[in-house]
Amino acid sequence: MALKPEELIDSIDYHHPPKTDWMDTPNDFKPGRWAYPGKIDVIKRIHFPNPREWSPGDADWKLPENWKEIIYNGMRERLDKYRSFKVFMDICVRCGACADKCHFYIGGGDPKNMPVLRAELLRSVYRNDFTAAGKILGRLAGARPLTLDVIKEWFLYFYQCTECRRCSLFCPYGIDTAEVTMMARELLHLLGININWIMEPVANCNRMGNHLGIQPHAFKDIVDFMVDDIENYTGVRVKAPLNEKGHEILFITPSGDVFADPGIYTFMGYLMLFHEIGLDYTLSTYASEGGNFGLFTSADMMQKLNGKMYHEAKRLGAKWILGGECGHMWRVINQYMDTMNGYMQEGTNLSVPRSPITGTVFKNAAATKMVHIAEFTADLIRHNKLKLNPARNDHLKVTFHDSCNPARGMGLLDEPRAVIKAVCNDFHEMPIETIREQTFCCGGGSGLNTDEIMDIRMRGGLPRGNALKYVRDKHGVNTMACVCAIDRATLIPLANYWAPGVNICGVHELVGNALEMKGQKERELNLRGESLAELAEEA
Amino acid sequence: MKALYSLFFVFALLLVVLFGVGAAHLNMLFGVWIPYVAMAVFLLGFIYRVYDWAKSPVPFRIPTTGGQQWSVLPEVKQNRWDNPTTVRDTVIRMAFEVLLFRSLFRNTKSEVYKNENGGPVVAYASAKWLWLFGILFHYSFLTIVIRHMRLFTEPVPGFITLIDSLDSLLQIAAPTLYLTDVALVAAATFLLMRRILAPQIRYLSLAADYFPLFLILAIAISGIYMRYIAKVDVIAIKELTMGLVTFHPHIPANVGISFYIHLFLVSILLLYFPFSKLMHLGGVFLSPTRNLPNDSRVRHHENPWNPKIKCHSYADYEDDFREPMIEAGLPVDKAE
Repeated sequence: MALKPEELIDSIDYHHPPKTDWMDTPNDFKPGRWAYPGKIDVIKRIHFPNPREWSPGDADWKLPENWKEIIYNGMRERLDKYRSFKVFMDICVRCGACADKCHFYIGGGDPKNMPVLRAELLRSVYRNDFTAAGKILGRLAGARPLTLDVIKEWFLYFYQCTECRRCSLFCPYGIDTAEVTMMARELLHLLGININWIMEPVANCNRMGNHLGIQPHAFKDIVDFMVDDIENYTGVRVKAPLNEKGHEILFITPSGDVFADPGIYTFMGYLMLFHEIGLDYTLSTYASEGGNFGLFTSADMMQKLNGKMYHEAKRLGAKWILGGECGHMWRVINQYMDTMNGYMQEGTNLSVPRSPITGTVFKNAAATKMVHIAEFTADLIRHNKLKLNPARNDHLKVTFHDSCNPARGMGLLDEPRAVIKAVCNDFHEMPIETIREQTFCCGGGSGLNTDEIMDIRMRGGLPRGNALKYVRDKHGVNTMACVCAIDRATLIPLANYWAPGVNICGVHELVGNALEMKGQKERELNLRGESLAELAEEA
Repeated sequence: MKALYSLFFVFALLLVVLFGVGAAHLNMLFGVWIPYVAMAVFLLGFIYRVYDWAKSPVPFRIPTTGGQQWSVLPEVKQNRWDNPTTVRDTVIRMAFEVLLFRSLFRNTKSEVYKNENGGPVVAYASAKWLWLFGILFHYSFLTIVIRHMRLFTEPVPGFITLIDSLDSLLQIAAPTLYLTDVALVAAATFLLMRRILAPQIRYLSLAADYFPLFLILAIAISGIYMRYIAKVDVIAIKELTMGLVTFHPHIPANVGISFYIHLFLVSILLLYFPFSKLMHLGGVFLSPTRNLPNDSRVRHHENPWNPKIKCHSYADYEDDFREPMIEAGLPVDKAE
């Protein structure tokens, strides 16, 4: 990161947009403004169009000769398939209410990051080719012809949208830039324009079962390692069944929880919880990915990757599926899964989820048969099924970051809070304009959590970072909990940059630390292996 | 520049009438045929646009959820009107959206600055002006349209007379001043000035954003001019308008040029409507992020073009990794 936070703030100017009209403002392809393109072998593995060596920094992007025709036909097809796309192309009045709702605009000031202009990048071409007014009046009606520079501009700006939907909440017509971005990215894919940070996880997930490409034996090693750690810290040896048939529940969580710090502590929290309540469950190495980078690629790829969940539930004979802490995973499950792949439930043992511990029937998951772990744990807590000692988290002053997708694509707001408040004694909310349905993105959603665009990420992270700094300074908050694996990775550099001194954790890490286990030894260490006595002293 | 183009265009429209009626005496054309064509284009165009949207399916239920979901936990209270799961609550959400501009009411304004220590601050302030003038504009417009129906009905239904008398409640001036005339001009002026003066809004505005504002302002001003300054012969005008609705078009004497200006500008608005952003009037009802319940996890929604793409199967996965899986002690379906 080249700029210091104060310098970055100085570089933001909302009041002096470029002198040139946005249609005439040239693209800036400086390194750091774009993510690396998909590698040839990755693109070939998932059979996406036009695999080749290329770089967004080059003048020649090596597009197919008939690229204009491909885009035209691609738009036509999507206008016919999605009412959302057609309506959102037509009804925007450019009132500008969305403008300062986007974290990338707030942190950068580039007008093309106003959601309205981001959509206009595509709308202008739509008007030119598909509307009477655009054909007759041209630029007066906001139309412009499709050129190579327009394609390049799409790549720059539709990969500066994290599909967080904050703008959509404020739009008087509910125009959803996430939907527009999805269409634009699908169109770009038709020409072979993509980013490796999304395509490689997609390819990995397809063949190896998870984004990170952890193979089954390695997956087992990691899980065993965590089981050992839990035993070290608690004296209790938990079971972590893998790929076992005949269990009641299949548990699926994002692979980031298995792979990286601090997600692994959340994973340990899950294992301890399941052990303690005696849950009859299994993990799967084949369906070892809760997340779905297909969502950031195309509807078809999202469906293909998501299908594994029901496919594996059928093979293993599970009655329902429990899902871990992940953001976009829950957008897919809540708003797409049953619609896309519900037909795959035929011939399975899946039924409306019922907690075997409390008897609660999760009627709100009657179609998908998938329950969010925060709902599940909150239900355990309200039935007093867990023995908790929140004092073990007393060195923490905790706030909660609502992830965009569970907030605005589901409405999972109070369940994680109920869990946190049961396992921590010191909880503080960030300002109301930055939480719940108004929450701000971590700056790295929708597959943009890659390091080569760190400047863009830190700019996008400003609203969240600043809200965090506010509670850090006001209440001494030193921990931000979240229910998303991408957050657990992206919020760390964000906090280091905007609000140093705040740690990031998953909600079930806090649960694991507070959970009293039968037969446990004196708990001297937390799940990070840190001495609780020392932490208490420091606090 | 874009604003000036639009303003010039509205002036050009005025010249067209002044020339067409004032000099060339094409009263039938401007008083009858253009309004007929405009009305036909508006009605057919509007219906076609809505039909064209409705033709595309809604493959997924993608409401933007604006509050707590329906939960089976009794202490978690659903925000039913911002995150509905039933048809009834979705209708309520839409009613709030369409009638009260609920989403726009959320509006905030962000500012970035440095505090006294040089530290960054992002602040959010409530910003209800756009909502206020937006709603004032739309309801004034609606009231004015309803009031005008007295010119197209005989006898005039009671509710129109009632709205008319409510609108002139203040009893200022003669003829009495309509509140909505003032409100419409004030609100449209606010919306226009906001576009011209706020640098961000000016930057994202198209000529197509200024034109309807200038046009509506010109319509309003020409109407006000007719009523309060030119004091046109309303009896003669009603003779003309009743002729239009009863399909016995007829041009009475005594209809001044100001009426033709007003009528022509309204005709242009009607003609322009189906081809423009003004179609948000129809589109707001069709937005899938608002008009659907958040219930895809609860009940099945059918996507008519579901491609049913097959996932990479477990069998293929096991074929790839069988040996290391066996070695690691993981269960497999086919031992060899």
